[in-house]
Amino acid sequence: MDIVELSRLQFAVTALYHFLFVPLTLGLSILLGIMETVYVMTGRTIWRDMTKFWGVLFGINFAMGVATGITMEFQFGTNWAYYAHYVGDVFGAPLAIEGLMAFFLEATFVGLFFFGWNRLSRVAHLAVTWLLALGANFSALWILIANGWMQFPVGARFNADTMRMEVTDFMAVMFNPVAQAKFVHTVSAGYTTGAIFVLAVSAWYLLRGRHVALAKRSMTVAASFGLASALSVVVLGDESGYTAGQNQKMKIAAIEAMWHTEPAPASFTVFGVPDLENRTTEFEVKVPWVLGLIATRSTDKPVPGIDELVEMAKTRIRSGLIAYGALDRLRRDRGNAQLRAALAAHDMDLGYALLLKRFRPDVTNATESDIARAAESTIPDVPVLFWSFRFMVGIGFFMIALFALAFYLSARQRLDRYRAFLRIAFLSLPLPWIAAELGWVVAEYGRQPWAIEGVLPTFLAVSGTDAGNVVFSLIGFVVFYSGLLVFDVVLMLKYIRLGPDETLGHAVAMPGAREAVAGV
Amino acid sequence: MLDYETLRLIWWALLGILLIGFAVMDGFDLGTAALLPFVARTDDERNLALHTIDPVWEGNQVWFILGGGAIFAAWPPLYAAAFSGFYLAMFLVLAALILRPVGFQFRGKFEGRLRRFWDWCLTVGGIVPSLVFGVAFGNLFMGVPFGFDPDLRFHSQITLLSLLNPFALLVGLVSLAMILLHGAAWLNHKASGAVAERARRIVPLAAAAYALLFAGAGFWLTQLSGARVTSLVDTGGPSNPLLKTVATVPGAWLMNMSAHPVLWLLPVLALASAGLAVLLRRRPLAGLVASALVPFFTIATAGAALFPFLLPSSSQPDMSLTVWDASSSRLTLGIMLGAVAVFLPVVLFYTGWVYRVLRGAVSHESMSRDGHY
Repeated sequence: MDIVELSRLQFAVTALYHFLFVPLTLGLSILLGIMETVYVMTGRTIWRDMTKFWGVLFGINFAMGVATGITMEFQFGTNWAYYAHYVGDVFGAPLAIEGLMAFFLEATFVGLFFFGWNRLSRVAHLAVTWLLALGANFSALWILIANGWMQFPVGARFNADTMRMEVTDFMAVMFNPVAQAKFVHTVSAGYTTGAIFVLAVSAWYLLRGRHVALAKRSMTVAASFGLASALSVVVLGDESGYTAGQNQKMKIAAIEAMWHTEPAPASFTVFGVPDLENRTTEFEVKVPWVLGLIATRSTDKPVPGIDELVEMAKTRIRSGLIAYGALDRLRRDRGNAQLRAALAAHDMDLGYALLLKRFRPDVTNATESDIARAAESTIPDVPVLFWSFRFMVGIGFFMIALFALAFYLSARQRLDRYRAFLRIAFLSLPLPWIAAELGWVVAEYGRQPWAIEGVLPTFLAVSGTDAGNVVFSLIGFVVFYSGLLVFDVVLMLKYIRLGPDETLGHAVAMPGAREAVAGV
Repeated sequence: MLDYETLRLIWWALLGILLIGFAVMDGFDLGTAALLPFVARTDDERNLALHTIDPVWEGNQVWFILGGGAIFAAWPPLYAAAFSGFYLAMFLVLAALILRPVGFQFRGKFEGRLRRFWDWCLTVGGIVPSLVFGVAFGNLFMGVPFGFDPDLRFHSQITLLSLLNPFALLVGLVSLAMILLHGAAWLNHKASGAVAERARRIVPLAAAAYALLFAGAGFWLTQLSGARVTSLVDTGGPSNPLLKTVATVPGAWLMNMSAHPVLWLLPVLALASAGLAVLLRRRPLAGLVASALVPFFTIATAGAALFPFLLPSSSQPDMSLTVWDASSSRLTLGIMLGAVAVFLPVVLFYTGWVYRVLRGAVSHESMSRDGHY
């Protein structure tokens, strides 16, 4: 493996690890806020104990999220130095603001959340909990503004004097429609994860007849919060699809394994087997109109297929070559206004010319066959995207059904009556994580070959570091993270098994033990 | 909006402030963790010592994260060059810092040998970053071998072994002594009983070590060659490190001091603060303030000597990174300055509130009163 593949593998591994913990942090932080709000409003201590018990599990997970997050902040520099140089002027700002606005907030108040119960008034502690949740959510906002720009690089332009992209309109970067859609989709996915976690663990308690009062209340909160979140994941995921349909047409076509343009109104392929060699998809089961509605919000616009998009890429490569040639000559003739004008007219396609560097270093001498190969290289991994997307969406719909059932049962006070339901709820525990990781694959692996869509190819973005260094750090991270994960899981299981009474050191129950045993 | 030159100067100062913020705020908890084997002998004592920082270290570590983010946003070429150039050193620091969030969270949830294991992890997590950051700073004065190609792609011949040269190691020890002093001053202020007692005895030792090492490094610096820009500098020009010439001159790192003798106050005040931290060790809060001034003046000294260089190159000095050719665009610097002006005061405000809530020395009684669970 070369430095590019090693660096990509390391980024994927560290990001996927990090994303095992982030969604749960997002979801549990809000659930803690809700539970504690009920405590402060009703004064019933069981809600305080619920906050504390789920808080212990939150803390274990939060630490892992922070630990694995440290790497992410610095990896752009260590492993993606040319990326850092090329887009740091745009991409660095949201990361720095994330630190200022979000990390400080959550990290400063997480200490008081655990150690401030007896030092703060009820309302003050509640405020601390919500500030902690707010910090976690702000963090998601700014990192997705940064990520949204990788998908849809608005508000920036190439500067020949500094050889990099520079901000022209920061508001456009901040209010990037892709970033907004991704933010709501991602935090909703996090809320869903938190809700499934609480639902599944509570179901386990109910199956064993333990901690019934706490488990039923937890489940009730999780069911309503989870239903709202899961619905919003799907609705807002669809919004993500629409914004991607505007900008990342290749990603949509690959997700659909759609080799040829779908005439309007485009149909959605529910099932099929992509055949890479013959560039067709066999055994297709199609639903008419749906893709047209998702990707274009209309019934009269076609959705372009992979082959047509490759042709468009060729056009953009040729335009990019004009920009690249002008840039090349500008280096020796910095004052030449004519060259600057040529560059300015074609600089939006410069990234496409850079694709050629994978096939020959002297880009300006590219032949038609080089251009064809470079255009071909804009196709992401079709089968992986096709299946990742379908499993993710399938899990999403399943979770909506599960939460809807849980919501119905909780409204009718029957949460603990059907063991089959409780078993399904418990076994659903891994689903949101699988969906979240698949979502990362669709969004980021689906962005390939670009680090920044249309601007900077991934293979150019890496550092000039020794491959040996990256092998060392990659193995180091895998071993190190896996070791930490073992501790994390051991502790999670330990405290779930111990249950709230022993974790908190006192019996957690409603005053008047009648209700507490009613469900057993 | 401010002109480009002014913005670059402000961001150079802010870079210093962030580094100082990290050294002062995270410094005392790194120091506390590093001193753990020396100030605490029993499990109870270790609980107490670590409880002084348990509620606050996490917010403090954000200074480090923010430092990384701010360098990315305001000095992208420096971010790219320093972190990829110092690859393995950076990996070492990250690994050490990763041990901290999990260590603090996990240690209390285990007993016996596993708790001891995590306590040792925290100690390592305190020592390694303190040392490595100093080594990195030392290498700034030595210069590191790197350059850029015409696309401004960074390439370097830096290896971990080349970073571990004697001068850089000496600066690493300066940094470690400074952090240990600060940690001891913190424990002296915040802990109680035997732990505070031992910490108080460490204060003079750490201060003396710091003073000797700092003076030694200063003397060595007079013998080193430094970098000087020899071409005309366009302080408002594009951020492109290929447009200037730089000469390597013996004693160049003292030229700023010679030109502006008032700058000699910085190293003098660094030493004086260490002395003050010793004299004030019976008034722990004042002693802590004095020990916080040590990183302040130490980092200011280094910055004043290096200016305008951010990362000097030893192999291709012309391609060294300076304040004038390694920043973000004027617009980004302006926007980020606005963000800092709005958010940093808010951060300082609520951080202050948290410390006020947690005020008072930590003792076994205060810990049981807090319902530490």
